[in-house]
Amino acid sequence: MVQTKPAALTGNEAMAEAMRQINPDVVAAYPITPQTEIVQIFADFAANGKVKTQFVQVESEHSALSAVVGAAASGARAMTATSSNGLAYMWEILYIASSLRLPVVMPVINRTLSGNINIHCDHSDTMGARDAGWIQIYCEDAQEAYDSMIMAVRIAERARLPVMVMTDGFIISHCMTDMALYPDEAVRAFVGEFKPRYSLFDLDHPISVGPIDLPDWYMEHKEQQSLAMGASKPIVLEAQKAFAQDFGRKDYGLFDAYRLDDAEYAMVVIGSTAGTARPVVDALRAQGRKVGLLRPRLFRPFPAADWANALSGKKGIVAMDRSDSLADFGGPVAQHLRAALYDAPFRPPMMNLIYGLGGREIQPEEIRQIFENLFRHVETGASPRSTSGYWGVREWPVKE
Amino acid sequence: MATLKELAARPNPLAPGHRTCAGCTAPLVVRQVLMATKDPVVVGVATGCLEVTTSIYPYTSWNVPFIHNAFENVAATVSGAEAAYQSFKRQGKMTKEVRFVAFGGDGGTYDIGLQSLSGAMERGHDMLYVCYDNGAYMNTGIQRSGATPMGAHTTTAPAGKVSEGKTQRRKNLAEIMVAHGIPYVAQATATNWRDLNQKAEKAFSIRGPKFLVVLAPCTVGWGYEPEDAVQISKLAVETCFWPLFEVEDGKYKINYVPKEKLPIQEFLKPQVRFKHLFRGDHAATLAAMQKEVDDNWARLQARAAAGV
Repeated sequence: MVQTKPAALTGNEAMAEAMRQINPDVVAAYPITPQTEIVQIFADFAANGKVKTQFVQVESEHSALSAVVGAAASGARAMTATSSNGLAYMWEILYIASSLRLPVVMPVINRTLSGNINIHCDHSDTMGARDAGWIQIYCEDAQEAYDSMIMAVRIAERARLPVMVMTDGFIISHCMTDMALYPDEAVRAFVGEFKPRYSLFDLDHPISVGPIDLPDWYMEHKEQQSLAMGASKPIVLEAQKAFAQDFGRKDYGLFDAYRLDDAEYAMVVIGSTAGTARPVVDALRAQGRKVGLLRPRLFRPFPAADWANALSGKKGIVAMDRSDSLADFGGPVAQHLRAALYDAPFRPPMMNLIYGLGGREIQPEEIRQIFENLFRHVETGASPRSTSGYWGVREWPVKE
Repeated sequence: MATLKELAARPNPLAPGHRTCAGCTAPLVVRQVLMATKDPVVVGVATGCLEVTTSIYPYTSWNVPFIHNAFENVAATVSGAEAAYQSFKRQGKMTKEVRFVAFGGDGGTYDIGLQSLSGAMERGHDMLYVCYDNGAYMNTGIQRSGATPMGAHTTTAPAGKVSEGKTQRRKNLAEIMVAHGIPYVAQATATNWRDLNQKAEKAFSIRGPKFLVVLAPCTVGWGYEPEDAVQISKLAVETCFWPLFEVEDGKYKINYVPKEKLPIQEFLKPQVRFKHLFRGDHAATLAAMQKEVDDNWARLQARAAAGV
């Protein structure tokens, strides 16, 4: 087990530190709030010779991921980082990177997608990208983000799929927290050398990357990609287990379950809001309410059976979504939860709340109210407005 | 400068059997450019005719490492490969000299790929970008681009009862690239092999970003018989619609001055895309097209004469 070093870092600093320790061959990145700091910090590492990385200051996110694709196809360990509209701008290449089976690692600092323009946290950016063929790991805090970046390299290269590692914009990216850092050698030993199976630089065995793939072959390739996504789950679990052993940390698992086993009521919530909810769970427990928390971590591949096993038989569940599908059918967390529970022996009643869009804060007292609404909803059958739809919004017409 | 015999003996980077149309000049551009270096090359190609005709899975025509990413990002993609190369070289993981070449059509270069190209040139990657310019989106069925000449009929700017085809001037891409202050910019044609090969050879000898824009006649989009590609190219040069020139470290040099500059009609008449201009009265448009050519030629001559 390694010797850890205590540090006080912001989420962005923690992720940039992980990138320095991973020491990729190529980083191509573009600034966008709230991710800009990662680019700046990494630029500083490059400018001071602290990394061997060829740092490419591209003119857009589209080019950032395009250059990363070119580098990864050349056998380089390549990374970028982005947020929000930047992720949207590289959308087209997200699918190409995953289809080419390139093991790119990309931190994404969650921020709402325009419009209206708003630079604060929600999950609309990466939730929209959930079907782009990338492994998605959502983190709660800077420590988990740091740890996940290190694990992501191993996961990506073994699964031969790209990985995005998420943290909540500003809430985590810009807030300083105490955490533990690992020695460079330990991180480098864990990620190892990148040995690409194919490379453009195998000059004696030229390959063609990204050919046109017509109806006679396209589906076979898509199926392989789909199978690879399925096969990546044990790779994620292995990486997390190995990481826990090597670095003396907890095994992160597919999700974080807090007082969930014997809970009657459960909240499912991604990201930093889980940290807000945990003391509320404790307080309600102290009052005799058996409540628990499931914080999804791995969202792609989607561990449907694991969610169902953890939540089947509960008296009631509230799915908290920090993005809306705008489908009149709830948010993505709720949609996935419903689908996962379809085959469960007992399907609990469910509430779905859309909360925290565009950085709207959520307080512990609100979490408590949401649990109270869940109890009332299940125990009395009452279905007030607050059991589904948007949480914490003004009533219309707004009187101010 | 290699002789034709020497060139013919060099390995062919693009295998025969690809599916470009008879009379297509894009493969000529690829072969003549890539034969101009003896170093290994890594090639990127933008979505377009060249890509869809040479890399149909499970086949490939490419005897050299090849990557296609998307339409608008070949410059960024190749810049990433070049960055990986620089990184590996610095780390001592690669010692061989490798040349990086990006090929894009005019749609993927003048229009949708301009930002990616501009960024890559500004960043100074050691790469050669080659635009094979056939003056429209030929792959998707002859739609107008920023490279389409004034007066040309395309499927999105068609000639009709109240339209003479494209009404705007084309972009001067070579000048846009010169404005980037890169060490080498040149304009060539697909069919003047000596000129193109010389320019490519010079480009490969220079470290940093280089740009070639090569007129690549398209039998389908321009409307000429496949065997006439060379003749059409020649007329483009003889009318000064497409002067052959190069700009080295900002210094302009005209590579060919026609003995007698032919009127633009000589270039237009053999092409179906301009045939509407020769039915009824289109004197004003023809005059505007002639003026555009004359203006560009005069400006080019002035720059070459001034030695700047």
